[in-house]
Amino acid sequence: MNRRQMLNTLAAACLLAVSAVNHAQAQTVTVGVTVSSTGPAASLGIAEKNTIELLPKTLGGLPVNYVILDDASDPTAAGKNARRFADADKVDAIIGSTTVPGSLAVAEVANEAQIPQIALAPFPPKQPQWIFPLPHSIAVMSSALFEEMKKRHTTTLGFIGFSDAYGEAWLKDVEKRAEQNGIKLVGVERYARSDQSVTAQALKLTSAKPDAIFIAASGTPAALPMRALRERGFKGQFYQTHGAANNDFLRVAGNSDEGVILPTGLVLVAEQLPDSNPSKKVGLAYLQTYEAKHGAGSRSPFGAYAQDAYLLLDKAVATVGKKATPGTPEYRAALRDAIEKTSNLPLTHGQNTMSATDHSGLGEAARVLITIEKDAWKLLK
Amino acid sequence: MDMGVFAVLAQDGITNGAVYALLAMALVLVFSVTRVIFLPQGEFIGYGALTVAALQSGQYPRLVSLLMAVGALTFCVELGTALYNKRYKPVPKLHLMWSAIENLAYPALIWVLARSIGWQDMPMAAQIAFALAMTIPLGIMIYRVAFQPMAEASVLVLLIVAVGVHFAMLGLGLFIFGPEGSTTRSFTEWSTEIGAMLVSGQSLVVIAVSLVMIGALYVFFDRSLYGKALRATAVNRKGAQLVGIGTSQAGRMAFGLAAGLGSLAGVLIAPLNTVGYDTGFVVALKGFVAAIVGGLASYPLAAAGAALVGLLESYSSFWASAYKEVIVFTLIIPVLAWRSLTSGHGDEE
Repeated sequence: MNRRQMLNTLAAACLLAVSAVNHAQAQTVTVGVTVSSTGPAASLGIAEKNTIELLPKTLGGLPVNYVILDDASDPTAAGKNARRFADADKVDAIIGSTTVPGSLAVAEVANEAQIPQIALAPFPPKQPQWIFPLPHSIAVMSSALFEEMKKRHTTTLGFIGFSDAYGEAWLKDVEKRAEQNGIKLVGVERYARSDQSVTAQALKLTSAKPDAIFIAASGTPAALPMRALRERGFKGQFYQTHGAANNDFLRVAGNSDEGVILPTGLVLVAEQLPDSNPSKKVGLAYLQTYEAKHGAGSRSPFGAYAQDAYLLLDKAVATVGKKATPGTPEYRAALRDAIEKTSNLPLTHGQNTMSATDHSGLGEAARVLITIEKDAWKLLK
Repeated sequence: MDMGVFAVLAQDGITNGAVYALLAMALVLVFSVTRVIFLPQGEFIGYGALTVAALQSGQYPRLVSLLMAVGALTFCVELGTALYNKRYKPVPKLHLMWSAIENLAYPALIWVLARSIGWQDMPMAAQIAFALAMTIPLGIMIYRVAFQPMAEASVLVLLIVAVGVHFAMLGLGLFIFGPEGSTTRSFTEWSTEIGAMLVSGQSLVVIAVSLVMIGALYVFFDRSLYGKALRATAVNRKGAQLVGIGTSQAGRMAFGLAAGLGSLAGVLIAPLNTVGYDTGFVVALKGFVAAIVGGLASYPLAAAGAALVGLLESYSSFWASAYKEVIVFTLIIPVLAWRSLTSGHGDEE
């Protein structure tokens, strides 16, 4: 081979390579991800971002490009990120945001630009067509708790929750369900995330002598009322919401948390599930990857929601297949339809079945009640 | 409400009030000496508490890295200023040497100590002292970098700079400590019953530390030359300069003390509830309400204000917990109205 021939071959090879790249680009799925990895919701957002970073390079068999942006827990920034996804990145789907207000801001853009959105916060969307708020709704989690209360013949209940949107939403639900189940709500108290003491609220609640106390709080501050109430001599049952289901809560709750009952998705106790549960395998696979990178016990249900968003999209992209080209409105519409048709898909949190009226898909098959025994999560039998 | 409940709430309120008192003291101190409304106070609460928590769990306190970085930045600022002023005055070699020791060698020494000693087995007092040995110089460095170059600016400009520093420290706090909060070991498990009331050793420690600090500050301002210099600067900045008091020295001192008091407050609340990198802001705001009661000028009034805020918070938690924050922060309106009615308009700038 002389020099000229070699140059020619080289040039041809280059051309080939370039056209291959072009071809691949046309087939690449682009997914916009906006999560709150800084700001007040960072403890959830960081787990989600970590999860997205560990995702494989393909989605439903196609190469995928994730555009990951931080919205600093700020709805305005989340809306701006969504606008960027729609206008500049021409994404095929959006994952995010972490908080309810952020997700609402994204939903506005997603509806307008007709992009399927998988939100990582639970809320009932006003125009549900393009919006899939994946996490368990309060109703799903709360009904499990009230079934348990009925089983235990609870007749009086005390409530203490955050004095913010989270506590308010739960209080509304608890008030309604308590009445339906013939349980008397004997005390309602509120506290703030940054409070150093809830002694006063604990005093008032214990003086009402409820059978059980319901705590609607999230993260590590959820442990504070339990400590204060035990100090004041409360001996009854504690119920927490799934906002408390993370390992940092275990770390700070100390001895006061033994026996507390809370609902969660399946992933937190994946190891304890029966082998027949299809979510066990999916959950364990995720936990193995995540904990190999971020350390044993670093699992978070919120990171798992991000994984589930990926699994949903993975299935949907595979279903759409070659029917449309990524980057086109037809493709986004096909993707949306495919997501809505999800049926019995095992996710890390449990099996997911969507319908035109249920865009979360995580129902009774995707929740368990857990308790704490010897400083570890235990599946409630 | 019977007497027992009343007494428990009072104890709770006084304990919280003692923490707010420390913060209010620091705010009054910084404002009267430098006219800065010290918003970053809240971050020192988180920095102090989380550093002690890291020491107790045997982790490397990552605040040391921040201290080294900010130290290097401070030295660069000093060096830059000296070179910039070369035309007017000779490069102050001795001053630069001190600055290098303070901002480069000292953080390195702290790093060596953090690496070489097993802090988790040390007594808690040593851990707290070590955490303070990091936060106090950090306060001084922040003064040098952010506030000293514009010491003559108006209160509003200084406030805006303080807001900037607050957000910078908040972001750095998230970066170095992570999003989750921690609690520390309690100071003591001891408790006793007086009548029907359970008195915990924990709250006694908090109140005692607070009283000792207030007493120490009183002695410092009333008896020592440094303290008198600080007071002179607070009363009249120009006058103090004329009689040879270094106002930037006074500013450094004020910021160092404020950072120390802030992180001490964080250490005091850390055994009670989880402290995260962003917990401090609301707590510091309550200290601010207390300081406002004292007109941002009077230490005894600020301490009284802190007790008032603590008690108000405790009793309103009992009666109307949903409106507790509203009640506490609304306190500021009648106080401001009363102050502006009684003090006239003589004290602008």
